[in-house]
Amino acid sequence: MKIEPVQEWQIATVTSVNVESPRVKLFKLELGSETKFRAGQYFDIRLTAPDGYQAQRSYSVTSSPEDARTIELAIELIPDGEVSSYFHEYVEPGDQIELRGPIGGHFTLSPNFTKPVLLIAGGSGIAPIISMLRHRRSSTRVAPTAVIFSARTESDILFGTELAEMSDEDPNLHLTITLTRSKSESVATSSAPRETRRIDRPMIDSTIDSLGEQPARAYVCGGTDFVETIGNHLLDIGMAYDDVRTERFGP
Amino acid sequence: MINNKFFGRKRPEPARPVPPGQYLEDGFPVLSAGPTPKVDTATWDFSIEIDGSKIGTWSWDQLNALPQTDIHTDIHCVTKWSKQDTDWRGVTIDDLLKDADVEPPTGFVMAGCDGGYTTNVPAPDVLNGKAILAHTYDGQPLAPEHGGPVRLFIPHLYLWKSAKWIRSLTFMDQDVPGFWERYGYHMYGDPWREQRYTND
Repeated sequence: MKIEPVQEWQIATVTSVNVESPRVKLFKLELGSETKFRAGQYFDIRLTAPDGYQAQRSYSVTSSPEDARTIELAIELIPDGEVSSYFHEYVEPGDQIELRGPIGGHFTLSPNFTKPVLLIAGGSGIAPIISMLRHRRSSTRVAPTAVIFSARTESDILFGTELAEMSDEDPNLHLTITLTRSKSESVATSSAPRETRRIDRPMIDSTIDSLGEQPARAYVCGGTDFVETIGNHLLDIGMAYDDVRTERFGP
Repeated sequence: MINNKFFGRKRPEPARPVPPGQYLEDGFPVLSAGPTPKVDTATWDFSIEIDGSKIGTWSWDQLNALPQTDIHTDIHCVTKWSKQDTDWRGVTIDDLLKDADVEPPTGFVMAGCDGGYTTNVPAPDVLNGKAILAHTYDGQPLAPEHGGPVRLFIPHLYLWKSAKWIRSLTFMDQDVPGFWERYGYHMYGDPWREQRYTND
């Protein structure tokens, strides 16, 4: 059986830092050498203190795999998070960062997959999924695709403008955004209507209706409880275990 | 490479050192490649195969009737978190082999699970009390998202080797890569040697 080895550590250079939401910044990193990856994969980041102390964390790539020289990472500020707080407080363009990857080949989607796909993200769980959608946007866009993105409030929606553009220009892409801590029924600034509840079975059912047929594969990324709940729904509607790919984060 | 201004967060000294690159976690994160399969203990069984022949199958009740072993240990996940002083209960692979009246096998073993997950380890790493089929964590039935009703538990290796929802152990001559190993995770996975990925 073929093994896909993981690359060694390399040094990347930060080329831009952008605020995407109150808690998430986007970091573009120019890699030391061309590093091919697939949409959905992640990189390990390693920080080293002057006294030798090291901390490592994994971050999904948000950019499209078409560019193998530059990757974008969405880093959410975690309370007491030593790596995320360093990135939010100190990292600026020109800084060098040690990283390793790509890692994790299961939670990946290629535009060559042409069957209906369901993508479900909670919060910063959109990170690997936006990479898949960006890759899709620049390819033939054959697979009927439905996205459900759950965020706390309007300002926590990551990549909101881009997601709306993708859905507007692509009749094969069905986007549902739901806000779990927002009271307002409609938001004037957005073109896509918002749901205002946690993702539940009826929301999944109506999303699948918009897809026109049962998804051949589903990708679910978010916090543990989020992924457990949605994974159970997807098994309940009859999806095969192997067709549901998950990535969980947080304790 | 030094990151100036990075000092790491101030944290209580761990009771014992953690392996390189790991940090202490109070919670119990869940990492699985798929949803949590629905496993019914009424129909669950576990089997061991050695060199192509099945040497024993145990039901849930039969597993619980075997001698029970407690393990108090630290655990280490390849996603960088470690957790200290955890308590597990289950049945050693030695006791299963003894129950089947077979000699301890050599070579390698592949774990097989509900949901299709697999992982490989050398046979000696599941023998001599080094591994159990765990059904109890911290005095409670092992929760489904943590691999319940029964997971393999090999605490001296990264936790992806402790296969959740275990259904079989297949002993064989060759070391064949399992699910994550094919994606570039280490064939052995010793946290103290930081064997996260293939050539580490």
